[in-house]
Amino acid sequence: MLAAIGLKNQEDLLSHIPNEIRLDGRLAIENGKSEYEIVDYFKRLGAKAAAGYPSFLGAGVYNHYRPVVVDAVVSRGEFLTSYTPYQAEISQGTLTTIFEFQTMVCQLTGMDVANASMYDGSTAVPEAAMMAVRVTRRDKVLVARSVHPEYRETLKASTQHQGMPVEEIKFGKDGRIDLDDLKARLDDTIAAVIVQTPNFFGVLEQVKALADLAHSKGALLVVVFSEAVALGLIEPPSDADIVVGELQSFAISPSYGGPFVGIIATREKFIRQLPGRLAGETTDADGRRAYCLTLATREQHIRREKATSNICTNQALLALMATVFMSLYGKAGLRELATQNLSKAHYVADKLKVEFSGPFFNEFVARIEGKTPEQANAALLEKGIIGGLALGRFYPELKECMLICATEMNKREDMDTLAGVVGARA
Amino acid sequence: MIKKVSRHIVQEEPLLFELSSPGKAGYQLPELDVPEVSPESVLGKENVRDEIEGFPEVSEFETLRHFTRLSTWNYAIDLGLYPLGSCTMKYNPRVNETVARTEGLAWAHPYQPEELSQGCLEVIHALENALAEITGMDAVTLQPAAGAHGEFTGILMIRALLESRGNARKKILVPDSAHGTNPATASMVGYAVENIKSNDRGVVDLAVLERAVTEDVAGLMVTNPNTVGVFEENIQKICGIMHDKGALVYMDGANMNALVGVARPGDFGVDVMHLNLHKTFSTPHGGGGPGSGAVAVAKVLTPFLPSPRLKKEGELWKWNYDLPQSIGRVRAYYGNFGVLVRALAYIMAHGGNGLRQATLDALLNANYLRTLLEPYYELAYKSASMHECVFSDDRQAKRGVRTGDIAKRLIDYGFHPYTVSFPLIVRGALMIEPTETESKRELDLFADAMISIAKEVEETPELVLKAPHSTRTRRVDEVSAARKPIVRWTPRPSESQAAD
Amino acid sequence: MSYPETYKYTKEHEWVHANGAEATIGITDHAQHELGDIVFVDLPKAGTQVTKGQTFGSVESVKAVSDIFSPVSGEVSAVNELLAKSPEKLNEDPHGDAWLIKVKLGDPGELNELLSAPDYQTYIGAE
Repeated sequence: MLAAIGLKNQEDLLSHIPNEIRLDGRLAIENGKSEYEIVDYFKRLGAKAAAGYPSFLGAGVYNHYRPVVVDAVVSRGEFLTSYTPYQAEISQGTLTTIFEFQTMVCQLTGMDVANASMYDGSTAVPEAAMMAVRVTRRDKVLVARSVHPEYRETLKASTQHQGMPVEEIKFGKDGRIDLDDLKARLDDTIAAVIVQTPNFFGVLEQVKALADLAHSKGALLVVVFSEAVALGLIEPPSDADIVVGELQSFAISPSYGGPFVGIIATREKFIRQLPGRLAGETTDADGRRAYCLTLATREQHIRREKATSNICTNQALLALMATVFMSLYGKAGLRELATQNLSKAHYVADKLKVEFSGPFFNEFVARIEGKTPEQANAALLEKGIIGGLALGRFYPELKECMLICATEMNKREDMDTLAGVVGARA
Repeated sequence: MIKKVSRHIVQEEPLLFELSSPGKAGYQLPELDVPEVSPESVLGKENVRDEIEGFPEVSEFETLRHFTRLSTWNYAIDLGLYPLGSCTMKYNPRVNETVARTEGLAWAHPYQPEELSQGCLEVIHALENALAEITGMDAVTLQPAAGAHGEFTGILMIRALLESRGNARKKILVPDSAHGTNPATASMVGYAVENIKSNDRGVVDLAVLERAVTEDVAGLMVTNPNTVGVFEENIQKICGIMHDKGALVYMDGANMNALVGVARPGDFGVDVMHLNLHKTFSTPHGGGGPGSGAVAVAKVLTPFLPSPRLKKEGELWKWNYDLPQSIGRVRAYYGNFGVLVRALAYIMAHGGNGLRQATLDALLNANYLRTLLEPYYELAYKSASMHECVFSDDRQAKRGVRTGDIAKRLIDYGFHPYTVSFPLIVRGALMIEPTETESKRELDLFADAMISIAKEVEETPELVLKAPHSTRTRRVDEVSAARKPIVRWTPRPSESQAAD
Repeated sequence: MSYPETYKYTKEHEWVHANGAEATIGITDHAQHELGDIVFVDLPKAGTQVTKGQTFGSVESVKAVSDIFSPVSGEVSAVNELLAKSPEKLNEDPHGDAWLIKVKLGDPGELNELLSAPDYQTYIGAE
């Protein structure tokens, strides 16, 4: 090959790079390892982590069973190692699954159109805010404090230079957004009101009432969710204008926080304001049904600085995992799964002091007495159980409380142990 | 004609919703070990939904078969070469998949006690170190979810630094050869974008740059090697010009596959850059994601890195949130950890020696293809190519055939097209990047295909213009898809009975 | 397709046809041909102010977007509803049925600064 190019050795390929910037010597990285050594290295690291501990953590990342068919499908090289489906003729596999994904997201959320996915739930929130700003041509956004704290941080950091003030709305004794505080701050400078349901505390917000309020002042309602399983049972937010959320619950391993898969969905009339990829139905030259990426003129590779967003990826493989999951559970299964989650969480909650009066799904806030939540968690850890999230780190006024989640993966005996330790007075 | 791969072109497979039959299901949950609650009583009737209309009702086997059939309609790296420029479609090592599924790592919850997360924190630390070494930079964040997200993070940090000095400035300079994410990102950080014309050798014109850099310029976003695969040999001068005016240099690291082990951006003056772990570091594209956009910074920017950062306390790794100048967080949690594991496995497998060799092999493969194709396609720039080469369709355009047509005809030969019509500075661009994992055999087959097509353009252009001919789907009607977008399935009124 | 003598043209490929105090604005045949199959037209609402030389909307094909620059200043008095339903009309009849907006002229003098049909055709011939 070198002969064909007319070079003597491979080093000659670098001859045009100025000497002063060429790396002197080699990278300070050990020599390449064998496959066995690599697998063993990660196995040892995995052992230094909490494998096998029952856990009551939720807070945006949920322990749900992953059906084995999911990995069987995504391990196929045609899905795992394929590229973005820009060449429709040889990507109908990916495009068809994206179309199915978009459809199911609409069915779940009650929206008209959904894109091919976002990085995750947290980054979808600023995208929704930016979309609302474009649509309403207003620049201010209100976000409930009961929205996931790290989602709110992401919102602020991501929009800090777009001339978009973000204000927070308090929550009340029921654990829901304080409607009086919202009414006081809502005026015709507000582009969007952003709420989460079930919210960070697991409590269901009243979407219809919030939609009416927001619309009365010409603002959009953005509804966020981080526990997708809830949508199997709770009324979908069809009064919202934009819905964003996280589908990690649908067969995506918690994986220490990522990669996950976000969604953004909206009403038909806002379709051209959606960021990210969209798969659309069409026909080919022979009249056969086919799918292709569409409305690409919204995107960065065409619009450049005027694009709806700079996003250049969708979480295709993870969206596929979620699609397979939704297919396996299906209409009846998702509802049954959600009902089991509801039952488990309420079983535990009945044994504890629940802080908020609002209805909750599979997470709730428990008030701990006689010890700090941190001490309760330490005691639980001694029994080999990971307790809930001590809330003081995000909500100083709730420093005596713990956010506890129970899913279909939590066993009764562990729930009894948790209740025993957390509920005890001493 | 050379036929390489042919997928199931006659297989018909409806959508999940069209396969559904009432009552079918593909799951079984364990029996509840606690009393079942009534959703209506516990949540209130108004909060409980009706059934999810139209949601699939298929068996487990129908699900598996459905997706298996669909997969056979896809091209993939596992099947053959993707000559896509700047995408670095290399082999996705299967050991990556195995190690990412290690139980303790795959099931780790981001809020679990740090004492029980040491394995995860060590992965993050090890990868940050390795990437800092590879880029020659002082610190790395693994928080951004993708390349574009990394660009966003980098520009946010530049702005934060300039604000701390009293003036954020107003614009970012972007070469006209840049990827679209660059200007889109600059806009999102509140900067105006000014385009810088490339010279006739396809690189940044120093004189043009010098004139453009005023006190209003916050930075330059440069890709090196650039999007025509050419090394910006004046990169040190470029960085000098920017720094002299108090501006910073952002490097888009999409083409890092040409530099690993050979040259380090930190050594030539770059202030901040991103890496695409799903390109250079072999994590799988998965049909469009997930990726990961690691960002490496020079010392001057380290105070502004996203929060939290790792710190060691005695024997334990912990997260440090006490970072007063940090730009904040650009997403929840710590990064696409599952992708980070894969990237680290890749680096370990190659090692310092192997990483450099991989780069040299990537350069060899690209230049080999350039040599074979030069007689038939108009080379866009005579400058030395690194890991990719760029042609224009000038010769073929004389016969009415454009780069997009040639790309579609390449599909009939069993290959995925190269990058079409990008970068915009080349008329009718064909951008080709083979990567180091392609054998001579595969490269020869590809070159033979391209040469055969060049001949077809001269003799039977219709064949090329109407391509592809051998795929399950012919050319799709993108115009109708954009005029009347249909982005979800809806039941047709006559389909009230589902197939059985 | 011919370029009507009664119209004025811009270097950005818009045409304007004045009728007393009101003018109709569209894009030229050359423009629609360069864009290819038009899929979407983004136009302002009636009552919006437009300014000579500034963009008031855009035209999209599958792979490209073009901003439309106003040849004159004034207030939008009418918007062509036809294009929302049938953007392809812009490819078929750019100088007639597929006009974009009508504007109440703020300064009729601006028309004198534009190109005549022969000058525009020379300009595009040279491009």
